[in-house]
Formats: sequence, structure tokens, C-alpha cells
Amino acid sequence: MKEICYTIKMNQENDLYKALLSLDRLAINSIYRAAGETCSPVEIMEKLFTPALERIGEDWFLGKVSLSQVYMSSRICEEIVNRDLPADMPRPVAAHPDMAITVLNDHHALGKKIVHAILTATGFNVLDYGQGTGVEELVARIREDRIRILLISTLMLRSALQVSNLKARLKEEELQVTIIVGGAPFLFDRELWKEVGADMMISQASEVVPALKNIIRKMN
Amino acid sequence: MQEMTSLQRVLTTLGHKEPDRVPFFLLLTMHGARELGLSIKDYFSTAEHVVEGQLRLRAKYRHDCIYNFFYAPVEVEAWGGEVIYYEDGPPNSGTPFMKKHEDIIKLAAPKIRDTACLRKVLQAHEMLKARVGDDAPIIGVVMSPFSLPVMQMGFEKYIELIYEEPELFRQLMKINEDFCVEWANAQLSAGATAICYFDPVSSTSIIPRDLYLKTGFEIAQRTLARIKGPTATHMASGRCLPIVDDLSKTGTAIIGVSVLEDLAELKAACSGKLTLLGNLNGIEMRRWTPAEAEAAVRGAIDAAGAGGGFILSDNHGEIPFQVPDEVLLAISEAVHTWGRYPLQGR
Repeated sequence: MKEICYTIKMNQENDLYKALLSLDRLAINSIYRAAGETCSPVEIMEKLFTPALERIGEDWFLGKVSLSQVYMSSRICEEIVNRDLPADMPRPVAAHPDMAITVLNDHHALGKKIVHAILTATGFNVLDYGQGTGVEELVARIREDRIRILLISTLMLRSALQVSNLKARLKEEELQVTIIVGGAPFLFDRELWKEVGADMMISQASEVVPALKNIIRKMN
Repeated sequence: MQEMTSLQRVLTTLGHKEPDRVPFFLLLTMHGARELGLSIKDYFSTAEHVVEGQLRLRAKYRHDCIYNFFYAPVEVEAWGGEVIYYEDGPPNSGTPFMKKHEDIIKLAAPKIRDTACLRKVLQAHEMLKARVGDDAPIIGVVMSPFSLPVMQMGFEKYIELIYEEPELFRQLMKINEDFCVEWANAQLSAGATAICYFDPVSSTSIIPRDLYLKTGFEIAQRTLARIKGPTATHMASGRCLPIVDDLSKTGTAIIGVSVLEDLAELKAACSGKLTLLGNLNGIEMRRWTPAEAEAAVRGAIDAAGAGGGFILSDNHGEIPFQVPDEVLLAISEAVHTWGRYPLQGR
């Protein structure tokens, strides 16, 4: 089965990439249905949609595609996952530590939505803590939900700098949480993630899946 | 060469000629609060504070403009939206006041003269003009009709609107265009020399060029044609190299460019058509040493200074509150040292 899926991926990934960028839902569904003749929905997501989303993310970082295309393509993929993959269906990513995503002290949620959509499409279960969350609220929710990995999206410099306060509070509470940050301030200052005490920075949404797999492997 | 006033310097570079030195705009907003020993919220509560802050900042850093920009969500505040103040960062828009696309149907723009937060900005323009005269340009600010919806309804809802609700999108643009023109012209009447038209959504970082040509480009053409004064289009850190030619056809005179793009390449693309404004990295600036600040200034002047058509500035249109005085002073000193025409080069 996997070899057949691989062949399909090679033939169709480029078409899917183009269809996603042009938001051609007819073409996307056609590619999805064709792949579905030999692959399960989970396999299609893992072997076809995830690489296409990763390529789109990489091309955004290189200035070749725009954020609106990244957002809309990840949203379409998320819609398909929510439509065709029941919550209890086995996902590509096996059981992983509890994780959450949020926008710290800010209401600009686009980056978070993109990352959340990609993670959902890739098979991760991520709690969405929303936007505008403060440090104390986050600490409380992390404790309650036993979160081990926290993804933080930022747009404003002030929010990025707040990560160091969060890190300090988590240490005071003896909560062991891996913090992954992303967003404009970290793109414009490549040293900032280290300064605020984050464990990792991702430059584009497509980096999040390999980054998480790497972290989870180390945790296990 | 006889020393020019800031306004003469800027007008000369806008004519793509070399003035006495490279003009530079330190686009400082919150630093005025620090100068006056006030909280950011208190500082922006009166026109008098902002006027005094801007005058002190220009005296201190010897730069070439007055920047009468209060905070980005002042327009959202006028539309009834929420503004959140912080002790150490720019006032930010809160939860968007439009919850669904259909809210556009009942949307009505605020009346400028009846809106306290906008009147405060106009009052500051009048006071600044009385104090500054024609010595330096006074920059007013508007959000472009095409970019304002990010704060009106949130980024993701707005992107969905652009792609999926063309009729509601058109309705919103009509309302926003009329408001933007009225707001810009009110500032010009009150004393602003020019208008900075913030339009980050038109950046190719945000939307592809083919979509821009059908949306932000046409909107800018219509809007800028109705603004009765010179305009600068600012991409607020977004990329614009692929649309430089298009931008030059919108009627704008200046583009604010990103540190993500090569300044020399941008200068070549804009040569004779548009003046560049940029592109020092405002985020990194926070931790620069004076020597790093000097190197950054020299690098930008080397890349884009020759022949005029260049105003040194940051790449976002607002310098973060955390950028210390010593860095700003080092930038100023470097421009005064290395920005004299004819340029010395390296």
C-alpha cells in the first residue's frame, strides 16, 4: 500500500501544490479522490498533503508565495481532515506528549491558525488556547492540562519578550515545558528566541512538524 | 553646500537629486512618553503631550521629520473598536469589532469631526504646524482601506473575505476608501505635510501579485488620487520588490521597504520613480551596540544613498519602545558623519 501511495505522491504532489496555491477546490478534491483509490485518508494526509503544505511554507519563507496562500491552503487541508478523519481514527503521529498552541498577549491569530491547521492535517492533537492569553492564565492551563510542549505565535515584539516572563513563571512552578516560538519578531531578530529562553524557534509553519517529531523523539 | 532645512533636504531627495546629506526619519512614537516621563497611555491622552514629545525627540536626535502618529489602532478606536494599552509597547487593537462578514452590511464610518480620538490627532497637527512651520515635514498617517480590515475583523476572517466574499469585500472597500480619503485630507488641512499610507496587506509577503493587482493596487490608485497631498506607501516590514513598478503607478512618491529585501536591488528597481524609505532592522536595533548602529547606517547609505531618492529610516514605520537612546543617538551621529553628499563610500 505504501509503495503505491508513494507513486501517487510523486505524480500528484506538484499538482496539489499548484491547486492549493490557486485555491482550486475542485482540483484539490479531484486529487484527493484519485489518491483515495489506493490510500487511506490518513495516508493521503501524511504522504500527499503534508509535503505540499511544507513546500508552500518553505516558499513563503523564500518570498515565493504569500501568507494569504499559506493560510488558505492550510485551511482547506484542515477542512478535509475535519470532514474525512474522525477524531478517533488512528493518526499518522502516534501518541505524543500533550501540547498546546497560543498567541501570547496579542490578538493577531493568523500565524497560530496556520500552524494549528498544519498540525491538525498532519495528525497531531493540539489544544488551542486561543489568543490574547496572559502569562498567569497560561501557567494555570499548562498545569491543569499537563502540557509538555507549548507553541507560541507572536506578531508584536512586546509579546515575544513576554516569553521570558512565562519561562520564569514555569520554572517557579516547577513545570517542565518545552517552548517553541515563531512569528515576526523572531524572524527579524534571529537571536531573540534564545534571549527569551525559548527551546526552539521555527521560521515558517512548515518547520513545525519536523521540529515536533524531533522533540518528541528526544522526550521518549 | 549650504545646510538645508529638513524640508528642503527631503524635497530634494524626492526629486531624485542629492541634498546636503541623506535625510533620515526616526519614526518614533512611544519614545515621546519616555521623554516626558509619562506612561504610554497618559502620553497619548492629549495632543499637547504628543506635540511636546515629538519636538523634544527631533531636537535630541536631529532627524528630519515630525511623526504625528499616535498608534495604529486609533482608527479602530474611532470605529468603536477596543484599544489595549501596555506599559512597554504600542497600544494594540483588541478583539476585532466585526465578528462576521455580514457585519459589513450595517457598517458605517465614523464622522471625523465627531470622534474624539481623531480630533486629538488633528489638534496635534495644528499645534505642530504652528511650532514647526516649514522647517520639517509633518507626517500624518492613515491605514489603507485595504489593510484596515485586519484590525476591523481580524486577519484570517479578512483573508477569507478577500477570496470568498467578493461583493462584501467591495462594499467594505467603498466604505473604507471614503473614510481613508476624508481622514487623510483632514490631517493635511490641519497641518500635515504628507500622508504615510500604511498598506502591509498589499505586500507580496501577504498576498500574491496577481491578487494585489485586482485589489490593493486599484484601491490605492483610487484612494491616493483623492488625497490632496503627497503620500508615502509603507509596507510595514513586508516585501514589495515584485510590485515596485505597480506601486509607482498608484501615485505614491515614497515606499517604506523591508529589511527582508536587498536595499541596493530595491534602489535600482525604484530609480527615478520612487523614493525609498528604510530599511534599518527595528527589532534587532534593540540590542545593537553603537558600532553596530553605525555599520548598519553606513551599509544602508552605501546601498541606496547615491543620487538621492533615499530617506534612511527603520523598516517597519515605528521604532520599538525598547530601542535605547544610545542606539538612536548613534544612528543620528552616523547619518551626520557618513551621510554628507557627496558620499564618501567605503
